[in-house]
Amino acid sequence: MREKGDTSNGVSERTLRCGNEALAEAAVLAGLDAYFGYPITPQNEVTAYMSKRMPEQGRVFIQSESELAAINMVFGASATGKRAMTSSSSPGISLMQEGMSYLAGAELPAVVVNVMRGGPGLGNIAPSQGDYFQATRGGGHGDYRTIVLGPSTVQELADCMPLAFDLADKYRMTVVVLADGILGQMMEPVVLQEKPRPELPPKDWALTGAQGREQNIVRSLWLKEGALEEHNYKLQAKYRQVQETEVRCEDYKIDDADIIVIAYGVAARIVRSAVNRARQEGVKAGLIRPITLWPFPHEQISRAAEEFRIFLTVEMSCGQMVEDVKLAVAGKVPVLFYGRPGGGIPTVDDVLENIRQLTLPLKRLVP
Amino acid sequence: MKAVFARTPSLKDQPTHYCPGCGHGIAHRLVAEVIDELDIRGRTIGIAPVGCSVLAYDYLDVDMVEVAHGRAPAVATGMKRTNPDKIIFSYQGDGDLAAIGTGEIIHAAHRGEQITVIFINNAVFGMTGGQMAPTTIPGQVTATTPVGREVVGQGYPLQVSELLAVLPGAVYVERCSVHNPARILRAKKAIKHGFELQLNGTHGLSLIEVLSPCPTYWRMTPAKAMEWVETEMTKVFPLGCLKDV
Repeated sequence: MREKGDTSNGVSERTLRCGNEALAEAAVLAGLDAYFGYPITPQNEVTAYMSKRMPEQGRVFIQSESELAAINMVFGASATGKRAMTSSSSPGISLMQEGMSYLAGAELPAVVVNVMRGGPGLGNIAPSQGDYFQATRGGGHGDYRTIVLGPSTVQELADCMPLAFDLADKYRMTVVVLADGILGQMMEPVVLQEKPRPELPPKDWALTGAQGREQNIVRSLWLKEGALEEHNYKLQAKYRQVQETEVRCEDYKIDDADIIVIAYGVAARIVRSAVNRARQEGVKAGLIRPITLWPFPHEQISRAAEEFRIFLTVEMSCGQMVEDVKLAVAGKVPVLFYGRPGGGIPTVDDVLENIRQLTLPLKRLVP
Repeated sequence: MKAVFARTPSLKDQPTHYCPGCGHGIAHRLVAEVIDELDIRGRTIGIAPVGCSVLAYDYLDVDMVEVAHGRAPAVATGMKRTNPDKIIFSYQGDGDLAAIGTGEIIHAAHRGEQITVIFINNAVFGMTGGQMAPTTIPGQVTATTPVGREVVGQGYPLQVSELLAVLPGAVYVERCSVHNPARILRAKKAIKHGFELQLNGTHGLSLIEVLSPCPTYWRMTPAKAMEWVETEMTKVFPLGCLKDV
C-alpha cells in the first residue's frame, strides 16, 4: 500500500508522510493550542512530532504522566476556550473514558485521536478496528455521544483534523478520530494546508477570569430535582442535530450492485480493491464507506437496502459495525460479516472470495 | 452604624450546605479574602474537586470548573500552561488529593506546575459517609474502620505535604490548621503566600495543607472537633512550613 510521492502534478506542497505525522501537522495548522499525550505504540510519532513542533510555534506540549492526566489536561485547556487534543492507542483510550464522560457532561470541545491496535487487554501493536463499540457507543458512563470520524487514507486522516476541531467547537463535543496502526504508520503523499476556519459560536462559556462579568462555571454535576434530566434532554437535542446534519459517507459502484460491502477506514481500501476485481470477473459488487461512524449513515444504507441485494460487512474485528448495518437495514436484506480480529488484516483475496461465494446462488438463479 | 467587618466580595451571600462546625466554610472565606486582597478575581480560575467541596463554586465568586475525582492538578496544568497570565488554584480534599489523585498531585509538583493547591485534610471521606481516608489517623473509627484504623493491613496516615516537599518542583509547602483564630490567621497568610508565588512568576507548585474539622463523621460536637484537631491530628500531621524556596 506504500505509494511513491507524485511530483509530476505540479502540486509543490505534496509531501510523503506517515499518518501519525500528517495528522499532527494538520492539527497544528488547524490552530491547535495545546497537545497532551502519553507514549503508546503505534501512535508515538504524534507525540514525538508535537514535542518539537508545538514549542516551535510557541504553543503547549506536555508529555503527561498517564492517559488519565492527558485527557484531564485537555479538559483544563478546553475549559479556558483553547483548542486542545490528545492522541493514544486502544489501551490508553480506555483510560481516557472517564475524562471523555466528564467532557461530555461539561460540554467541552476536545479532539481525541485513537490509532487502534489489537485487544483486548494489552493485545498487540498490530492494526485493528476493535474499538468501534467503545468509540461509537461512548466508553464512559452516562447518556452521551461523541462524533467519530473514520478516515481511510493519510490525506483523509489529515483532512479530518480541522474538521474535528470545527465540529468539536461547533457542538461543544468530543470528536474521536478513529484511525488504526496501518493508517498511523504508512506513508502516503499528502497535501497539508491551512484551511479557513468557518464561523463558530463564541466561547462565552469559557473560564477566562471573571473580569467585569459574572462568574462562569463549567460543571457536570446537576443535583437539583429534575436538573440532570433537563441537562440530558439538552444534550440529546444537540446529538439529534448532529445526526441530522453531520453524516458523511461515500459510496462506490452501488447503483447496479448485487452485493454491497460496507467497510470503513483501512478495511474499506482493501474492500475497494476487491470490488474492482469482482467487477472484472463480472460480479456486480459495490462499496459503502461510512466516514462518520457516529453519526452513522443509517439512511444511506437503508436506501441501498430498498432493492434486494446481499450486504457484507468487512471489519478488522469480530464484527462491531455490522450491528449498526443490521440496524440500518432493519431486516430488509441479508447482512453477512467477514472480519479478522487481534491484528489480523483481511486481504483483497479473502474479501474477493467472500464476494464470490455469497454471489454464487445469484448466478445459479440467473443462468 | 459603622461596619467593622463585612463579607469579602468574592464570597457569595449564600446559605451553606456544609455541616455545623465544618472547616470548609472557614477555608473558603480565607481563599476569597486572599483573592480580593490581591485584587485577582478577574484573572483567577478555581478548580473544585469531588467531595464535600464539589460545590465550592456556589460560594466562591470566581470562574470555576468542577472536575473528575482527583484529577484537579492535571486540569490545572492544562489551564495554566495555556493561560500563563491567569492565577489557577485547585481546592481538594484528602480523598480527592491523597487517595485517587495521588498520581496527579505528585506529577504536577514533579513538573513544577505554577499552580496553587489548597489541600483540606479532615482525615475522612466526608461526602460518601465518613469512610477511611489515606489521612485517617491510627485508631480512628470511621465507616470502614469500625474498630479503628489498624496500621497493619490498613496502612499509616499518608503525609502528603512531607512527600511533596522533597520534590524540587514544589516551591512552597506548608501545613496549617483552622482550629483556632491564631491558626486561621496563619492559614490565611500561607494561602496568600501561595497565590503571591504565582503572581510573581515563581516557577513551581505551592501547596497549603489545611487541617480541618469534620464533626459529623468524627461523631463529635463542633467544639470537641476543633479540640481534636489540636490534640490528635497535629501529632500525626505537625503544623508548620515544610518548604519555602
